[in-house]
Amino acid sequence: MQWLNKVTASLYAALIEGERWKLYLRGLGKTLEISAGAVVLGILIGVIVAIIKVSAVQKKMGGHCGVLLRAGEWLCDVYLTVIRGTPVMLQLMIIYFSVFASMSDGTLAAIVGFGINSGAYVAEIVRSGIQSINRGQTEAGRSLGLSAGMTMRFIILPQAFRNILPALFNEFITLLKETSVASVIAVPDMVKNATNIKTKIYNIAPLYVTALIYLVLVVGLTVVQRKIEGRLRESDRR
Amino acid sequence: MKKIAFLLAALMLLTAGLAGCGGNSDVGADTPDNSQSDVQDPADSGEAGPEDAAAPAGDAVARIKDAGKIVMLTNAQFPPFEYTDDAGAPVGVDPDLAQAIADELGVELEIIDMDFDGLVDALKAGKGDFIAAGFTVSEERLKEVDFSTEYVTSAQMVVIPKGSDLAADDAALSGKTISVQEGTTGDFYASGDQDMTASQIADANVLRFKSGIEAGMAVASGKADAMIIDELPATKIVESQSDALELLPTKLTDEQYAFAVNKGCEDLLEVINKVLTEKIDDGTVDSLVNQHMGV
Repeated sequence: MQWLNKVTASLYAALIEGERWKLYLRGLGKTLEISAGAVVLGILIGVIVAIIKVSAVQKKMGGHCGVLLRAGEWLCDVYLTVIRGTPVMLQLMIIYFSVFASMSDGTLAAIVGFGINSGAYVAEIVRSGIQSINRGQTEAGRSLGLSAGMTMRFIILPQAFRNILPALFNEFITLLKETSVASVIAVPDMVKNATNIKTKIYNIAPLYVTALIYLVLVVGLTVVQRKIEGRLRESDRR
Repeated sequence: MKKIAFLLAALMLLTAGLAGCGGNSDVGADTPDNSQSDVQDPADSGEAGPEDAAAPAGDAVARIKDAGKIVMLTNAQFPPFEYTDDAGAPVGVDPDLAQAIADELGVELEIIDMDFDGLVDALKAGKGDFIAAGFTVSEERLKEVDFSTEYVTSAQMVVIPKGSDLAADDAALSGKTISVQEGTTGDFYASGDQDMTASQIADANVLRFKSGIEAGMAVASGKADAMIIDELPATKIVESQSDALELLPTKLTDEQYAFAVNKGCEDLLEVINKVLTEKIDDGTVDSLVNQHMGV
């Protein structure tokens, strides 16, 4: 019974006293703001990079690959190497202190930083998806008179999307949790707020509370993933 | 530490020529905040907002008045000097004094709560106008920033688990596990850093936490043999966990707190010094310390 009292007391201090639950919500808002912004930016970058890389490979096989495309492919390779080769925490600090040097609010730096970081991983996921589609699909599209772009947009990408959905959600979940690193650039996200409460009440209960919120968020994301997969399966005849 | 070293190297590369206020009047049109623009992404200039308003180098006060706000950098986990209230806003002795400075200038006060070990970098990058964080005046820091009038005298103290017979002298602390707040004087002292302190501690296993309170919790839970931290936070932390912690009366150091500004911000420093001197002379600083110790 005594431990139950103890747990209740620490939870009271962590949540109710001084309406501290509001701090978690405010932090949660920041976490979601950064995650959502980074996901959108990441998908945008990822799809563009993947298409450039795949087109370059295809054109090379066809024997003629333009200079512009070659340069684009080289840039994409540098981007992937640098971003995947360095820790996100360092990327974040570098962006905050150099590119966004005159901004004191780190939120935009965090969105851009995590977006650029996530983009590299999304790019490889999307590329694997495009390459998983049989070459016959492209040939069918082209022989029906669709342009290369239309084939990509209406035939390849929709099928690729279904294949990469699990990997894509993996990336989103990782990203959501990784945003907790943003406190190094003074962004008051959920973890930062929880740490502040923790140091106020000399008790680690806020960490459990925050962990639980993250867990709920990730479970929610998983449900969304399952829903989308279910919808996509309706038209699946494989 | 490797990460930090790498970061510093990268920062130096990226922000070469970065400076605070004066010192680079040869750059001409450069505003104080954007004096690092040589190597910088041009997109940045769109982000700066009101701070971008052209002001001659060294004219920090005019820039602050133009922006309508003064930005204070701190780590709000250092009671009674700075801690957060229940609404999450940083409060304490330093925020109160900073408010007086903002009032003197007739601008809003904005406080950024960040990691203590990142304060100087943030100041130099132009994230804020001054540091107020129970910041000890030291030779090393003076190479990077300028200090205001000293407003509080402090000392490093040793906190031990209740009932421990560890003594607060360097010989006894050598080889022990000592918890500290990262980047503070206590950190340098526990690490036996002879450039920064007169410490004679050798081979201590130093546990560096992001806040003094976390360092205190490490002692309370038996992870560390002792904690070295500034006097008033030590008192405050021991008070809050008096069943587990004990404060030894020995003072390891004798040091002064001051606000810090970028090199060359003489005009801003003048305003800060004027307000601080006023508040020291009329006893406000002492009563603020008492008031926030009592919370």
